Amino acid sequence: MRFIPHSPADIAQMLATVGVGSVDELFRDIPPALRATGALALPTGLSEQDVRARLEALAARNRGARDLCFIGAGAYAHFVPAVVDNVLQRAEFYSAYTPYQPEVSQGTLQAIFEFQTLTAMLFDLEVANASMYDGASATAEAVLMALRLQPKKPRVIVARSLHPEYRQVIETYLQGAAAVELLEAPFGPDGRVDLAWLAQHLDGRTAAAVLGYPNFFGVIEDLRAVRGLAAPQGALLVTATAEPLALAVVQPPGALGAEIAVGEGQSFGVPLSYGGPGVGLFATRFAHVRSMPGRLVGEARDAEGRRGYVLTLATREQHIRRERATSNICTNHGLVALAVTVYLSVLGKEGLRRLARLNLERAHRAAARLCAGGRWRPAFSGPFFNEFAVRGRDAVAALERAQAAGVLAGVPLARWYPELDDALLLAVTELHDTAAIERLAEVLEA
Amino acid sequence: MSDALRQKQAGLLLDEGLIFEHGSPGRCGVDLPADVPEATAFLPADLVRAPIDGFPEVSEPEALRHFLRLSQWNFGAATTFYPLGSCTMKYNPLANEVVARLAGFAALHPLVPDACAQGALELCWELQDMLAEISGMDAVSLQPAAGAHGELTGMKMIRAYHRDRGDARRTVLIPASAHGTNPASAALAGYKVVSVEGNQLGLVEAAAVRRAMNDQVAALMITNPNTIGIFEREIAQVADAVHAQGGLVYFDGANLNALLGVAKPGKIGADVLQFNLHKTFSTPHGGGGPGAGPIGVRAALAPYLPAPRLARHGDQLAWSDAPARTIGRVRSFHGNFGMLVRAYAFIKALGGDGLTRATAMAVLGANYLRVRLQTTYQLAVDGLCMHECVFTDKTLEPHGVKTLDVAKRLLDYGCYAPTIYFPLVVPGALMIEPTETESKETLDAFIAALEAIAREARDTPALLHAAPTLTPVGRLDEAHAARRPVLRWWPAGQGGAAQ
Repeated sequence: MRFIPHSPADIAQMLATVGVGSVDELFRDIPPALRATGALALPTGLSEQDVRARLEALAARNRGARDLCFIGAGAYAHFVPAVVDNVLQRAEFYSAYTPYQPEVSQGTLQAIFEFQTLTAMLFDLEVANASMYDGASATAEAVLMALRLQPKKPRVIVARSLHPEYRQVIETYLQGAAAVELLEAPFGPDGRVDLAWLAQHLDGRTAAAVLGYPNFFGVIEDLRAVRGLAAPQGALLVTATAEPLALAVVQPPGALGAEIAVGEGQSFGVPLSYGGPGVGLFATRFAHVRSMPGRLVGEARDAEGRRGYVLTLATREQHIRRERATSNICTNHGLVALAVTVYLSVLGKEGLRRLARLNLERAHRAAARLCAGGRWRPAFSGPFFNEFAVRGRDAVAALERAQAAGVLAGVPLARWYPELDDALLLAVTELHDTAAIERLAEVLEA
Repeated sequence: MSDALRQKQAGLLLDEGLIFEHGSPGRCGVDLPADVPEATAFLPADLVRAPIDGFPEVSEPEALRHFLRLSQWNFGAATTFYPLGSCTMKYNPLANEVVARLAGFAALHPLVPDACAQGALELCWELQDMLAEISGMDAVSLQPAAGAHGELTGMKMIRAYHRDRGDARRTVLIPASAHGTNPASAALAGYKVVSVEGNQLGLVEAAAVRRAMNDQVAALMITNPNTIGIFEREIAQVADAVHAQGGLVYFDGANLNALLGVAKPGKIGADVLQFNLHKTFSTPHGGGGPGAGPIGVRAALAPYLPAPRLARHGDQLAWSDAPARTIGRVRSFHGNFGMLVRAYAFIKALGGDGLTRATAMAVLGANYLRVRLQTTYQLAVDGLCMHECVFTDKTLEPHGVKTLDVAKRLLDYGCYAPTIYFPLVVPGALMIEPTETESKETLDAFIAALEAIAREARDTPALLHAAPTLTPVGRLDEAHAARRPVLRWWPAGQGGAAQ
């Protein structure tokens, strides 16, 4: 076996040292009744060449990876500069583990410190953690944190326009917290949360209001207005950003009053990979840092005054605090956080803005093109970034015809919103040039 | 730049500042069109953001050099022996990195119609089956993102199972030797944690569980082999004691690398377990994730598995979004698919016989280390171990040397350190897990290093107290870092008030 180095001579010597006569004897402490009967019913091992062939055959059956695709809905296809994957393929990064020994883990630790800085700057908040699993679980953890910060307030308001899977994960995480009352805020014709409803329901018992930013429909919520309703009641504004590229051109949640801002970092240099792994972004104000979930890296000095980085404030975490920890999360999504760090470094201040403007322009061009013929109309009137919904008769049938023609022209909103049964949600990024947009319009025109 | 660092470093060990300390205003690492309309052409002006102050402004070569230099400050399992107990730092096959990047997987959007993703679904289906066969469980979900996430998912399922039976149980039994994630996951699922003491071998005895059991106990969480590397010999009786009172057994699969082809948790009392694909099934640890933590369950718990579930309709596979009694979603989309591809490739490469051999060689390596080192360091428990062995700090104490000092000195010898001060039930624990992918020569070199360090502890303890000295930085002042946390870099003129 190519990964296992032991020769017959090695095994004989090691067994002799241990003082047992056979490999099987190493397991003599396991009561015989508990031993597996018979060999594992799995095929014999394959050579590298045969494994590759098997995986290539499976990959080839994923037609969706080749089709022209306008699906977003929480996962976004963007171009990834070669430098990102080159760094990820450094085995010094990918084959390391949690930096328990900081002196030989400065690469991982400094990269995470840079990741925390970039995440905090992106959201315009003071502090960010070393990452979470994904945007959905980060949002659920943000809700738990808001409840920890305000233990006497039982109500959490979640916008119906928040990503449906994020809402579902919040519900799962809150199971068992019997005292929490979860309310769903409806959306208005602009695709934004209904402010009148919010004014009625956001009261002194409300710990948090949770909104997508941009929301699931691609629409940019009016955070200032929501903050204006939440602040007088002492409720925390929590935002969840599934397409963080938007924040390169749109006002960041921290500047508009969000106390906790989370997101999904997949857009920043991470392949779609059928939805995982992505990386959860998690930022807040410094005052709340000791209630944060997840790992944190901080600056430290050695005895000679040299700068280095360590895991810090670990007394919040499970390996110290056990059942009283702020979360059960152990590792983060370190390598994906590294991808985000490299990507944001290469794109940088100006590149990220240009890319975001390109997305903004292409998406608005595509929306205008689709709606020009009258076959489709905008579903919502609110401002959007690179994702939008359109409505028209027989939307699902149109989508199926497009699929037959090799174009995945978005997702039907009816899957999550029965009230939007004639609506499609589409994302348009820098990967979609004029020809792609024309092709989209052509296949959806029918 | 960090001038203080530069004083010390030369030759192959190069200094490197933060990415924010590089570059120059106006520099950029990508070429994108500048003639795109301003954002105000599409968005209300009061919604448009100014450029992000402090964001990097570096060229592509600067960025590459920065991150390559950082990589050189890391030990990884590919560069050095990485005997981190309980973490199973085995070799991460390069071939798996290649197949996970095939465009048919990497460029696949999670929401494409199922008909357009049949290869991915087939892989998931087959992986579920293979994990079920390996573990002896009846059904598997690949959804959880990590081991702790799998634990949380499992505990939520246990809660739903009891609730469906009108049985609002409140507590969970957990041995004192358990990983911290166990009590944290149980608490997050709404349970009160009750500790079960182990015997002098650190093992959980059926008699102790019988005493602790009552009709308020929802489950026992147990790690087998336990965190001292010993097989829980009374696991069957322990499980019987739990089941007799209507409780369930949560089997922490963190140490499954000791059991492949040897024992199946599902056949020895487990009702729920998580697989740590990044341990047993070789997916890279990534400096702390991403992992993957699928869960396996007995048939009675299958209805509660998280959404979505895979279903077969003839020759087509499809996701079913809302199985009747599911606990719901625990994350977005379909699990950490990229890691599932790697684990699938690993199981295919080894096959049933190779997996069994992996466990045998992992256990042989751990026992070899145990026997060779037991005259120099004191074992936590005597007798055969499974995939890892644990030592105490007793032989170090007389010299005024701590476990931490040994760990730091090992870094100077070119090894990553074992897990230290865990499990908590062993004083000054040094927990060593070699895995099956390390050769006898590597183990011999590691033994020689630990023996040399023991001599140094006796003769020149100052060497250990000063260690490490061959690393980019020496021991860092963690207490000060926690008292006055600096958790990010700030652009000039910002940040003073915040911290």
